[in-house]
Amino acid sequence: MKKVFGEKFYQEMDRISQFYPNKRAMLLPALHAAQKERGWISDETMQDVADFLEIPKTQVKEVVTFYHMFHTKPVGKVNLQFCNNIACWLRGSEELIHHAEKKCNIRLGETTGDGVFTISEVECLGSCGTAPVCQVNDDYHENFSVEALDKLLEGRQS
Amino acid sequence: MNHEIVFSKYYGESQTEGLDYYKKHDYGYNALLKAIEMGFEKVHQEVKDSGLRGRGGAGFPCGMKWGFIPKNTEKPIYLVINADESEPGTFKDRAIMAYQPHLMIEGAIISAMTIKAHMIYVYIRGEYVKEAKILDAAIEEAYKAGYLGKNVAGTGYQLDMVVHRGAGAYICGEETALLNSLEGKRGEPRIKPPFFPAAIGLFSCPTVVNNVETLACVPMIVSKGAEWFRSFGPEKNHGMKLFCISGHVNRPGLYERPMGYPLMKLIEEDCGGIWKGRKLKAAFPGGSSAPVLTAEECNVNLDFDSLAKAGSMLGSAGIMVIDDATCILKVAIRTAHFYQVESCGQCTPCREGSMWLKELHIRLEAGEGKVSDLDLIEDICNNMDGTTICAFGEATAWPLRSMVKKFRSEYEQHVVEKRCPFEG
Ligand SMILES: Cc1cc2nc3c(=O)[nH]c(=O)nc-3n(C[C@H](O)[C@H](O)[C@H](O)COP(=O)(O)O)c2cc1C
Ligand code: SF4
Ligand code: FES
Repeated sequence: MKKVFGEKFYQEMDRISQFYPNKRAMLLPALHAAQKERGWISDETMQDVADFLEIPKTQVKEVVTFYHMFHTKPVGKVNLQFCNNIACWLRGSEELIHHAEKKCNIRLGETTGDGVFTISEVECLGSCGTAPVCQVNDDYHENFSVEALDKLLEGRQS
Repeated sequence: MNHEIVFSKYYGESQTEGLDYYKKHDYGYNALLKAIEMGFEKVHQEVKDSGLRGRGGAGFPCGMKWGFIPKNTEKPIYLVINADESEPGTFKDRAIMAYQPHLMIEGAIISAMTIKAHMIYVYIRGEYVKEAKILDAAIEEAYKAGYLGKNVAGTGYQLDMVVHRGAGAYICGEETALLNSLEGKRGEPRIKPPFFPAAIGLFSCPTVVNNVETLACVPMIVSKGAEWFRSFGPEKNHGMKLFCISGHVNRPGLYERPMGYPLMKLIEEDCGGIWKGRKLKAAFPGGSSAPVLTAEECNVNLDFDSLAKAGSMLGSAGIMVIDDATCILKVAIRTAHFYQVESCGQCTPCREGSMWLKELHIRLEAGEGKVSDLDLIEDICNNMDGTTICAFGEATAWPLRSMVKKFRSEYEQHVVEKRCPFEG
């Protein structure tokens, strides 16, 4: 089969394939690897994953749209995912979100024109003891504050 | 009250996740060696005798669940570790995986050999990227050291283990949704019965699903015995337990205490009381799915049976504390919003109910509600209770019904004053 992903994708799939009795069960790992490489899951990427796993594209699509972590449109280089669930909300997450919206001049779910920042609201991140929390790309920023947020935004803008 | 720190000795320190560290400071796979020596029938009996109850939320006796696996089945048997940890207020499994991944792995190996599984899947929520990497590395170490692979600890037993990342969906913590998700499908709960996946589970094969913390209890039970484990906590609620405290206390965080520890003692003494000199108003004792307790009701012990008796539940032991400057309707909006976003949508009462609960609370909080809305909220909750495929329906209805019932006068005040009394 023609290789449409980078080497890393195939290496990871090779490593784990022995653990699954069928290819469909590798769908989430494959989507994670594909998104890691391409930044988001386009229609074309869904087709590529479907071809690789030899399953219908509709099966890929219905899964992609079920899970919050798969992006069906491009996201900014810095993806700020604010937890606004109960424990974070009790500790001021709403203020952080409003601050980010104002500073970036965008609304929740949007990306800045230069493609640098995306801000979104997510549900409990499992870090409520150090609330409020913001997941920036893969990393958790715990005990987050307006000051820390300003530093992060300014650091990336220059 | 008997008390001994068994999990959280070195939480917060750095580089505790390696095999060397685990050998030096913890069970170090000696519990596995002991289990092999004992024989796994005895291990199973020991876990039964310990009274260990599942730490994922339902508190089901672990040894009994393992006993549901059919004997002499031709099919492969699977052990699935539920590391989805998405119940609002809960962050204990993350600590176990970050600081002592080998404790969970050793517990999983012993458990797998007891139920005769040759494959272990760790289903970890997708957001735990760092923890998944730590687990990958720890599993690799365990393979290299011969605790996993073709010949576990020289016994000739083959056992494999792999980390499988979820992708952001609270409902995948529900065990049948988790299994569908693992199979590469949408994470939608399966219709019950069967009530347990013991006979028809993952890939239609016999399966046990256990929570991270449940399995992390196994090495200590094997190593120190059922009697020792039972020395913590009241009858039928045994062991040391990780309690997650968040919200309006001075020192939120993870506290390891024996089962049955008093909630007020945890709040007042361990966590330094309510922040900003304010007063306790309410608390969720077991994640956002647990009915809230009023300040007076917080005089309760933290174990499965005491909290059930108090009309709530221990659940995932995620305690969220609310101070008296907080509007309970705003808390209800956050709660309803969560369930609306996370409902998988299969059942009408759940999908529509969570949406209406949120809308009604938004209207009431803004001072635009009617007194009849309060009964409507209760009606919607009653309609969700017991009418849905999975327990998510109750998880939505119970906390929201508890708020309107227990804080009715605050709801009414919003209607009468046509505004939120907590705003200026
Ligand atoms: C809506 C819902 C969400 C759940 N989320 C989790 C979870 O994140 N982690 C977990 O271990 N159990 C969760 N459970 C409980 C599991 O279905 C299952 O009972 C548990 O994993 C069994 O393990 P245990 O017996 O070791 O507790 C959830 C249940 C429901 C109904
Ligand atoms: S109760 Fe809700 S979450 Fe559970 S299956 Fe029905 S719609 Fe899905
Ligand atoms: S509520 Fe924000 S991390 Fe749990």
